[in-house]
Amino acid sequence: MNITVHIPTPLRRFADGGNQVQCSAANMAELLEQLEQRFPQMGTQLKDETGKVRPFVNFYVNDEDIRFLGGNEYQFREGDEVLIVPSIAGGR
Amino acid sequence: MGVRYKLKCQECGKDWGNRPISYCQDCLGPLGVAYDLAAIREVITRDEIAQRAANLWRYAELLPLPEDFRSELPVGGTPLLKANHFGQKLGLRHLFLKNDAVCFPTLSFKDRVVAVALSQARAFGFEVVSCSSTGNLANAVAAQAAYSGFQACIFIPADLEAAKVVNTQVFGARLVRISGNYDQVNRLCSQISDRFQWGFVNINLRPYYAEGSKTVGFEIAEQLGWELPDNVVVPMAGGSLITKIAKAFRELVELGFVKPRAVKFFGAQATGCSPISHAVKAGLDELTPQKPATIARSLAIGNPADGRYAMKTIRTSGGWSDDCSDAEIVEAMRLLAETEGVFTETAGGVTAGVTRKLVDQGRIGRDETTVVCITGNGLKTTEALAGQYELEEPIAPRLAAFEEFQAKRLGGIAVGA
Repeated sequence: MNITVHIPTPLRRFADGGNQVQCSAANMAELLEQLEQRFPQMGTQLKDETGKVRPFVNFYVNDEDIRFLGGNEYQFREGDEVLIVPSIAGGR
Repeated sequence: MGVRYKLKCQECGKDWGNRPISYCQDCLGPLGVAYDLAAIREVITRDEIAQRAANLWRYAELLPLPEDFRSELPVGGTPLLKANHFGQKLGLRHLFLKNDAVCFPTLSFKDRVVAVALSQARAFGFEVVSCSSTGNLANAVAAQAAYSGFQACIFIPADLEAAKVVNTQVFGARLVRISGNYDQVNRLCSQISDRFQWGFVNINLRPYYAEGSKTVGFEIAEQLGWELPDNVVVPMAGGSLITKIAKAFRELVELGFVKPRAVKFFGAQATGCSPISHAVKAGLDELTPQKPATIARSLAIGNPADGRYAMKTIRTSGGWSDDCSDAEIVEAMRLLAETEGVFTETAGGVTAGVTRKLVDQGRIGRDETTVVCITGNGLKTTEALAGQYELEEPIAPRLAAFEEFQAKRLGGIAVGA
């Protein structure tokens, strides 16, 4: 599936400065693999030593937290917009 | 001399100096503020603090304030109320309410965090301050922006309580209502703060902002005669407050201001939004985000930013976390009002209601000193009490009419001699 991934500022230095990249992935595992392949340093920022996505990194698909869509089980659809939010902040 | 604090990644430990960022630019972990407590110990004593005005600025050395920063705004310094009657109902002999329902200027503990955040907003040169909010923070940012001469642009979920909306607009803040829940507003604000040069108090200023919460802990200790309590019960939304009260206590111990004590931290949530209490009760390592459905809107954060740290604070202290239903929230609001004369908002109902559960579960002992943190004012969430009270038909302004009314309707009230 062709999807658009929006890159937040601190990660852009590893994505040739771009604020979005086009990817073709079926699920999160494929997406992470592809991002890491194209931008090796971004991979080490998104994942910890064990290869798991760091707990403070949030992924949204079409503005919904991917964990509400099935998380790693979610199958991307053509044209999905994926947003990476480094560390959700917030208070109330 | 320079400032005695700097940003430090809470995950990888890297220093980031002082700048408006909330997460580590290397590992993406959240940043906290680290202090040079050895240096601070040399410049501040308990006696000196005691001579200062009774507001949060009396702890200035333990807050991340810009050099030479001064404020005349008397934020904080709220009462620690011995709650004898509420305690009696629960079976506790030493129960206290830390009553931030009367915090200045906007009647919630959020006045504290905003006071600290805006000191840095000025230092970093922001002209516009902003936040995502479930209401109390919106009120606090709007009021203090007006006082300090910032423009304010504030983002809220569209379905907030009416009083919290008006209490933001009255200060001249621009209000952006979002069709969505708080977590969606918050995610949007993360995106906006990535693009606009605004001072988002709970995003790019968040490490500084969160430190303001420590003043709840400093005040509790000082008001107990520079002693730590046995138990603290704290409402949890993003989960920051409970961790900062713990940090405040640790700092006071390290400075030698209080004797070390094993304080148990208890976190309170509404059942309709309980990602942290659920994880604690189920013994989980990771939180699962939830879609909030509770009248406690000020606690309705389904993806709590500090959830993991709140869990750690609770677990390592030997505390616990529980939650209560909407009906229990209203019941506890009423009980607190009827026994102590304290009208708290729904979040306070959560805290009071969960405290009762913790006592029933035997987790809080009868003779221990317990502090319950009341963080907001009931006047802002009167919707929660809709239908709870009957409004009597008016009577004619005649004594005979009142005598008839008294005989029929005021049976329980003593007539006197």
